[in-house]
Amino acid sequence: MTGWASFAAMVAAGLVVLLGLPLVFDLFGLLQMTVFAAMAVLALSQGFIWGYGGIMSFGQTAFFGLGGYTYAVAVMNMGDSTVPVLLSVLLPTLFAALLGYFMFYGRISDAYIGVITLTVTVILFNVVNSTAGDFYTIGNAPLGGFNGMPSVPPLNVPGDPSSPLDPQQTWYAAMGALLLVYILLRAVLASRFGRVVVAIRENETRAQLLGYDTRLYKLIVFAIGGGIAGLAGCLYANWGSFISPTVFGLATSAQVLIYVLVGGLGTLLGPILGAVGIQYLISVIGAQEMVNANLVLGAVLVVFVLLVPQGLVPVVQGLFRRVPGVRRGQVAEAAPVEVEL
Amino acid sequence: MALTGLILFNIANSIAVLVLLSLGLGVIYGMMRVINLAHGEFLMLGAYTTVVSANAGLNLWVAMLVAAPLAVGLFGLAVERLFIRFLYGRIIDTMLATWGLSLAVVGLITTIFGTTVRGVSAPFGGFAIGGYQTSVYSWFVIAVAAAMAAGVWLVLRFTKFGLIVRATMQNPDMAAALGVSPQWIYMMTFALGSALAGLAGGVLAPVSGVSPVMGGAFIARAFITVLGGGPAIVTGTGLASGLFGSISEVATFFTTPVFGQVALLLAALVMIRILPQGITGSGLTGRLLRRSL
Repeated sequence: MTGWASFAAMVAAGLVVLLGLPLVFDLFGLLQMTVFAAMAVLALSQGFIWGYGGIMSFGQTAFFGLGGYTYAVAVMNMGDSTVPVLLSVLLPTLFAALLGYFMFYGRISDAYIGVITLTVTVILFNVVNSTAGDFYTIGNAPLGGFNGMPSVPPLNVPGDPSSPLDPQQTWYAAMGALLLVYILLRAVLASRFGRVVVAIRENETRAQLLGYDTRLYKLIVFAIGGGIAGLAGCLYANWGSFISPTVFGLATSAQVLIYVLVGGLGTLLGPILGAVGIQYLISVIGAQEMVNANLVLGAVLVVFVLLVPQGLVPVVQGLFRRVPGVRRGQVAEAAPVEVEL
Repeated sequence: MALTGLILFNIANSIAVLVLLSLGLGVIYGMMRVINLAHGEFLMLGAYTTVVSANAGLNLWVAMLVAAPLAVGLFGLAVERLFIRFLYGRIIDTMLATWGLSLAVVGLITTIFGTTVRGVSAPFGGFAIGGYQTSVYSWFVIAVAAAMAAGVWLVLRFTKFGLIVRATMQNPDMAAALGVSPQWIYMMTFALGSALAGLAGGVLAPVSGVSPVMGGAFIARAFITVLGGGPAIVTGTGLASGLFGSISEVATFFTTPVFGQVALLLAALVMIRILPQGITGSGLTGRLLRRSL
């Protein structure tokens, strides 16, 4: 399939899901799909910076949580949800840009970037976790520490706080956001900028020798990723009307990595499918008491790293388009160089 | 005066805890370039071994100083054989696989023991510095940390095993040509690092709540100390622990323990920006300490 055909097919499929799901699912199912869509947005942010930018962030949840808390605090103070949504994207973008400046302009190696992003998330968790009590109140919004912030007002029709979205409209908002983010990322990757980003992932030194300032490119990729994760956090807080420090937790960070790894590194479809699949798995495990969710997730992560490091979507794609006599390589070539899906 | 004494004592204790938390990780990372994200869970397993065997009637000291390192060392051996050895040289993949391992171990321990916080009471009781009560057990923690650091340094510096390990890490092919099996050395080094983590978990069990998720509270501090220390395992870990331990304790004194930890992590981030290869790997200190261990 050419780029345009696959793009059109994906957008059409997305629209079918957007409009069709409310007809098929009952209210409970639709609510569940809404949170899946929010997590898929988060997975796209991780999949973009890791799979295309080659940036190993272990703390994408820092921006996710920051987005969620920004939305919650802002909407409690403002009432109308329009500006809070924008803030929940803007603030994590700026924070990611600041952190990215610190990391990329310091020329810190990949493994250190992993550890630093992890540390930042742990810092945020510790700080927010300790904000119980009246002292920690921003405007009208008590941060609530480890108890989290209950009754976060839902999204409303832009400019009209008196008409909040019902669950079906919330689904449209979440799935619509997912589709928009997907289209945006496809556009970014198809542009000249996106090509350079992928070139840097493939060989950073060579890109530098060709005259590209790789630090700046990585910084921008990281900031975009932060903004998308912030939007996911906003959707998540809005879905449950609740946010607590667990959004910053190590378990959440690990989940995001698992989405991307299982779905497929270097694709955009992979992280989406990975998020939906893993979230579904977690909800199934949560419904019984035999096996612990962490145990299963951990095992999935280990098995995929060892046996299927390129993830499911590239494997399936490889099955369909294998040229006779040419076998796809293992890890190094797992991510297709051309921009796919 | 008494207050100064108390603060100094607390700083020493906080440094000792950092040394305990990070030395096992430092051995594994410094020697093998493997970042073991399950390190916190190795500590947790050490703590559980201590609590469970002490509650089953084993002498607390034996449980802490023998059973915990032995059990976790063997566990580390199994982990190295089952996963790690396939991933040498792929640092990001190792991090991901050990993170998966960490989740799985948390899940397993939760399934077996539940989420309740357990503990054993700290032996010795307390003593007073001026008007302030503090625990005698902290002296023991400081002593164990010092002994552990000295032990690792002595083994690496003066024993034949230490020499072979260092040689293998520098040039595995040459070591193999001289009749050493690098596979075996990697295995033993990983087991040694794991045993140190187990010992640390055991010693810290009486002073921390033992629960399946306790590893998460340690992991960031342990990593940042090891990375801040740089390539020299004992010197680097020791210096970084000294620096970060003092910063966190002073910040704790003026604010709360939570912000003490935040100050530690922030200081570490700033330091990694200034000295990307750690205290013993870059800058003036790196040149001075180039040949240290």
